[in-house]
Amino acid sequence: MIAAALTFAFACYGIGVLICLWRVIFAPSIPDRVLALDTMVVNMIALIVIYGISIGTGLYFEAAMLFAMTGFVSSVAYAKFILRGDIIE
Amino acid sequence: MFAEILVAALLVISGVFALVGSYGLIKLPDLMTRLHAPTKASTLGVGGALIASMLHAIVWRNEVSWHELLITLFLFLTAPITANFIAKAHMADKLKSGDLPPTGTDRDWATLDLSEEPVQPVMTPPGQPGRPS
Repeated sequence: MIAAALTFAFACYGIGVLICLWRVIFAPSIPDRVLALDTMVVNMIALIVIYGISIGTGLYFEAAMLFAMTGFVSSVAYAKFILRGDIIE
Repeated sequence: MFAEILVAALLVISGVFALVGSYGLIKLPDLMTRLHAPTKASTLGVGGALIASMLHAIVWRNEVSWHELLITLFLFLTAPITANFIAKAHMADKLKSGDLPPTGTDRDWATLDLSEEPVQPVMTPPGQPGRPS
């Protein structure tokens, strides 16, 4: 039963990443692109965690943690760059 | 058996929530409404997947892992900050001064006020000592 649920979750998060990728390519404005990239980071964290469940190891949580940190910093830096034209004033 | 049902249900629910969040990203009409889908639904979906991972580690591998709780805490803290910054970038990009209500001070909105001088804090006089009215 867990195998079927894992397959379902993999499919859902994979479709989510593909939707975000489509949004990054065909976005109406630049903040939309930042939002789509941030959502893609969130979906990728979930994919890493689900992969860790499926092979039964806790090895990948550091990767997910680092991914969350770098995703947050890059989103805020990009939004700050759009907002002020400079990142560190 | 009960833990298996719980982990499977959490995984399915988290997948559905994440799919709804990602679909709302392309479905909703405006950026201000589009901000809601990823920051709420996708964050909740990731939280469900991380709780499922914690339960799986406790039941099947007999170890308590706190990394998931750290990731959940970090994501729940950072998602509103990112959404706020993207909303501010959108306001600076699209909105003009007439679209927003007045601020009540002599300064304009922070996303529209692009002057170089730093904001002076407004000092309020201290009240009378004793019980606050």
